[in-house]
Amino acid sequence: MVNLEISLAGVALKNPIIPASGTFGYGREYAEAYDLDVLGSFSWKGTTAAPRLGNPQPRIAETPCGMLNAVGLQNPGMDAVIETEVPHIAEIFHGPVIANVGGFSLAEYAENCRKLDAVEQVAILEVNISCPNVHAGGKNFGCDPKSAAEVTRAVKAVTNKPVFMKLTPNVTDITEIARACEEAGADGLCLINTLLGMRIDLRTRRPLLANRTGGLSGPAVFPVALRMVWDVYEAVKIPIIGCGGVSSAEDAAEMMLAGAAAVEVGAANLKDPYACKTIIERLPAVCAQLGVDTISELTGGAHHG
Amino acid sequence: MKKSFFTLEHARQLTEDTYEVVLSGDTSAITAPGQFVNIELPGKFLRRPISICNWTQDALMLLVKVVGDGTRELVRCVPGTEVDVLSGLGNGFDPALAGRHPILAGGGIGIAPLYGLARRMLEAGLPFTVALGFRTGKDAFYLEEFAALGCRLLIATEDGSLGTRGFVTDCIRNVPECDYVLACGPLPMLRAVHGLPQLTGGQFSFEARMGCGFGACMGCTVPTVNGYKRVCKDGPILFREEIVW
Repeated sequence: MVNLEISLAGVALKNPIIPASGTFGYGREYAEAYDLDVLGSFSWKGTTAAPRLGNPQPRIAETPCGMLNAVGLQNPGMDAVIETEVPHIAEIFHGPVIANVGGFSLAEYAENCRKLDAVEQVAILEVNISCPNVHAGGKNFGCDPKSAAEVTRAVKAVTNKPVFMKLTPNVTDITEIARACEEAGADGLCLINTLLGMRIDLRTRRPLLANRTGGLSGPAVFPVALRMVWDVYEAVKIPIIGCGGVSSAEDAAEMMLAGAAAVEVGAANLKDPYACKTIIERLPAVCAQLGVDTISELTGGAHHG
Repeated sequence: MKKSFFTLEHARQLTEDTYEVVLSGDTSAITAPGQFVNIELPGKFLRRPISICNWTQDALMLLVKVVGDGTRELVRCVPGTEVDVLSGLGNGFDPALAGRHPILAGGGIGIAPLYGLARRMLEAGLPFTVALGFRTGKDAFYLEEFAALGCRLLIATEDGSLGTRGFVTDCIRNVPECDYVLACGPLPMLRAVHGLPQLTGGQFSFEARMGCGFGACMGCTVPTVNGYKRVCKDGPILFREEIVW
């Protein structure tokens, strides 16, 4: 019997598999497909203070071994989520929920997190300082260590829940941002968000996405994410949620060996709605192959051999 | 929604770029004409959403226009190929709301779901006329299949090489008693049909670039009078009064 339990900053998860924000909505569509209680947790759709309609169509493009999206944080707004989605989540998922929180200012991040502090099901706040698809008059907070630290402090000041900062790979040195967040009091990190990319339609000679650029995800980004998790694991002591291109239980194990305490699965859910369930079912066999009976032993295993 | 493997029975070429693809498998998740399936293709990350032309208990019929690598892969599959399919996606047409003189209006590859719709309306004893538009006579397909249903069938081609010269809207204008439309086709066609003053209502099938096809990713949302809707989950059929162009 393999023990799949892991702990994220004191929050116990029955297994390390977490559907990634933006690929799982608020759980409704997947709950029609399978019992969500098999999941370790799930990270809900990035939620901002005000409702957002997102970007114009088209928002999706195929890429080699992956996809681009430029959804642009479409969400019903924090108040509507707390009023409508949270009670519904209580019916379909009974484990700890990760609330992905977006924002356009320090005040908005803080206010969103303050509102969630009273929501019992939300066990972890995942603060998105890395969405590539919204334009807020400049670089996002995740591109600068000082701004990343400011958001971390602003959020930590208003919540008792563990705060995980979700980092962008679109930086020169992700470890610099990671350290800044840790020093500012972050309880953990989630990496990576999508890589900025684009496609051009040969027929129209115009960018395929209406937003011009989009975020690359899927198996194509897995080695990039893995390398960044490795680097950040060496740089900080707080737990890391590894995210980026994970499609199989083997990928999840690889991500944990690189340093992840838990693993988010994103684009794979869109291709196969049962992806997370299938990965979780395969984990014990993969652990057995690796000769571990407690999955958390894998975390960082590749660093000290 | 159901995820299951289907077996390709045949892919029959109908025109230069259009194929009839028949797959066998469990179709129990399909509940209405106008729904679609999302098909996994070798070498492609995203599935390809394809409208259901017709179905029986254990067979699925699709009309596929080759528009890129993905669809080319699909029509090249040899009989016996196993295909991973998400079936029974989207809302589908509701023929019960179609009134006394509906017209089923299709343009190009958009005629596909109208065939399954027509068959079910016949079975339900509902009256209807079919109007199909193509660029030229060479691009026309499935005419024998529609004709075999025994319904009133009107054809338009842009160059007049078959049927009325003009568009499917010209066919509809020739049937003044028609007051309701069930439509599928390219956006300019849908828009032109939507604007016909003789209509009191209608259902319009939209296409979109989709991420998941089952409502999770928000990749295909469009504005409507009733707020943003996901083409894949809340559509692909939208009602005339809620459409925002």
